[in-house]
Amino acid sequence: MTDSASPATETVLEAGRSETHYWKDLWRYRELLGFLAWRDVKVRYKQAALGAAWALFQPLITMAIFTFVFGRLAKMPSGGVPYPLLVLAGLLPWQLFSTALGGASNSVVGNSHLISKVYFPRLVIPIASLGVAAIDFAIVLALFLAMSFWFAYPPGWQFLVLPFYIALALLLALGAGLWLTSLTVRFRDFRFIVPFMLQVGVFVSPVGFRTDYYPNWRALLGLNPLTGVIDGFRWCLLDGNQNIDPLNLGYSIAFAAVLMASGLWYFRRTERQFADVI
Amino acid sequence: MSAPSIEVSGLGKRYVIEHEARPDRLSDQLHHTARKFWRRLRWGTGFAREEFWALRDVSFAVQPGEVVGIVGRNGAGKSTLLKVLSRITEPTIGRVRLRGRVASLLEVGTGFHPELSGRENVYLNGAILGMSRREIRRKFDEIVAFAEVERFLDTPVKRYSSGMYVRLAFAVAAHLEPEILIVDEVLAVGDLAFQRKCLGKMQSVSSQEGRTVLFVSHNLASIRQLCSRAVLLSSGAVQLIGPTPRVIEAYQLGLADEPSASVPKPNADQVDRAFTTAVSVETLQGEPRSVLPLGEPWRVRVRFRIVSPQKAFVAAVGVKAIDGIAVQTAWAPPRDLAPGDYEAVFTQDRVAIETGTYLLRVGLSSEGRTFQQFEAARIEIVSEGARGYFPMTAGVGAVLNSMGTSVERIA
Repeated sequence: MTDSASPATETVLEAGRSETHYWKDLWRYRELLGFLAWRDVKVRYKQAALGAAWALFQPLITMAIFTFVFGRLAKMPSGGVPYPLLVLAGLLPWQLFSTALGGASNSVVGNSHLISKVYFPRLVIPIASLGVAAIDFAIVLALFLAMSFWFAYPPGWQFLVLPFYIALALLLALGAGLWLTSLTVRFRDFRFIVPFMLQVGVFVSPVGFRTDYYPNWRALLGLNPLTGVIDGFRWCLLDGNQNIDPLNLGYSIAFAAVLMASGLWYFRRTERQFADVI
Repeated sequence: MSAPSIEVSGLGKRYVIEHEARPDRLSDQLHHTARKFWRRLRWGTGFAREEFWALRDVSFAVQPGEVVGIVGRNGAGKSTLLKVLSRITEPTIGRVRLRGRVASLLEVGTGFHPELSGRENVYLNGAILGMSRREIRRKFDEIVAFAEVERFLDTPVKRYSSGMYVRLAFAVAAHLEPEILIVDEVLAVGDLAFQRKCLGKMQSVSSQEGRTVLFVSHNLASIRQLCSRAVLLSSGAVQLIGPTPRVIEAYQLGLADEPSASVPKPNADQVDRAFTTAVSVETLQGEPRSVLPLGEPWRVRVRFRIVSPQKAFVAAVGVKAIDGIAVQTAWAPPRDLAPGDYEAVFTQDRVAIETGTYLLRVGLSSEGRTFQQFEAARIEIVSEGARGYFPMTAGVGAVLNSMGTSVERIA
């Protein structure tokens, strides 16, 4: 960043000119991005007696409930997969998405003290907020792997494709997060809307059941861009025992691309006023 | 001469203040809310807009290695100027050219997290201020030694004393190696010895290492000590640029012009009992002043109205240093007062207080219960025209030479 060997840099500040070095600046501030993400992770479980174990409890309990409700009471088909694994494989992308989205949409307002006192490309903040979601995800993924060996149902070669679906979930979360975090600067209303959206979201996403046994409903379920991601996770993690609907997947990818591009556009358009409005 | 480090030309910053009309019918209200919502969605503004130029046509240049001070009253645009130069907010018109890496210090300890340890916060804060991890690691020991917190490095900073916190925060900032340093009023914190150390560090930064420093402070003494040139801002525009003593003099003359004191409107309780009607700070000759030479006596007049009979009524004034430390309190002995208008006069003729900025507080109480208390004026004690012998060794807030002294030959 401030490498002492670097030649004198010239910065020109003018109305509407902040864009010129934006992406270069973003790259220069990559260490700050790392530090902010590290700070959030470090602080998250400070002074909690059980610490990071909390990252495990929530999915474990949700998994138990969903297994009971969908697997036992509703007796939904599992296709030969141990039901807890089926649920956890759906819960993984859902939690990744919801933690990332919740964190990103609060990130700018939560860091208003930085925004009003120091310059750096504001995009660093929502991106850094993904760190917490990534760490929580890694913990639960490790739990999943341990469980899959316990149930003697380990993932196959499809596991190698998982990074693609992780990226897709993060893009969806970040795209929506960019919209929401900019809007929250102006309308604190979104602080109430986002948790509610996430609460509803878990029920309209196929977290507790598999979609491929309901061909009639698949198109409707597919309207939710997370359906494609969740199906993909199951395919990667359950040894390919889940067929993927190419239409749903294509829709998810297109949705993520549009959301990310428009989110970036809106964030960039409004970030110049963050310090004045926040 | 090389190109200036900071070149500001025709800079202006406009804020739009929203005044919302108050619709009185519910249907109007709904309509109003809907329109407001739509406008805000587009990041437009509300209805009646009033434009406010926080900076107007500001131009100046700072040469490499120069330390330039910025002075001006509250609301003159100093902070806005620094915010624009630090890239926190965009200018509305005009242009700024910065040649070299810029670090700005608008606050001490930006981004410090209370739950993290001192060590962790050094890295975090350093990164926020623009240092690389390698650079921080290289200077880490030096930073810790400068802050004098070696023993508490692994303690969360929420358990630090406020002094330790500020020292650590400033130490990180002091070890930045930018070519241009922009500093806002950050020296107003910390104890006196540490303030000295910081001033020394800043001075060596500019003189030995050739860095350009732009420095805002209300503390005229430190501006005078550090800066060769100064810029006087007034209502967002540059009023004067020149050698520091001349600019400070103009600033103080300007201060002397303004009404020296203000009195708040009485509240419901005060209207029924008693309230202050006027406060003035003046010389013994009766000229209103807010800038007073060191050692020169001055006077505060407090006028108040008694509405209902008051028992054991006391009018008091207090003098506080700008950093909040109480320096003096004076009061008239308790008296039972009948309704009417009164004036209390307080004369500062027994002691002198050190140069610096002070806040004058006024309070009214009866039977030991205070029912009106407010900040009435800002007083500037300056060394220009000082009367008597003042070796200038004490800090802001010190009561000077107020003890009985004698020197006798004993052998």
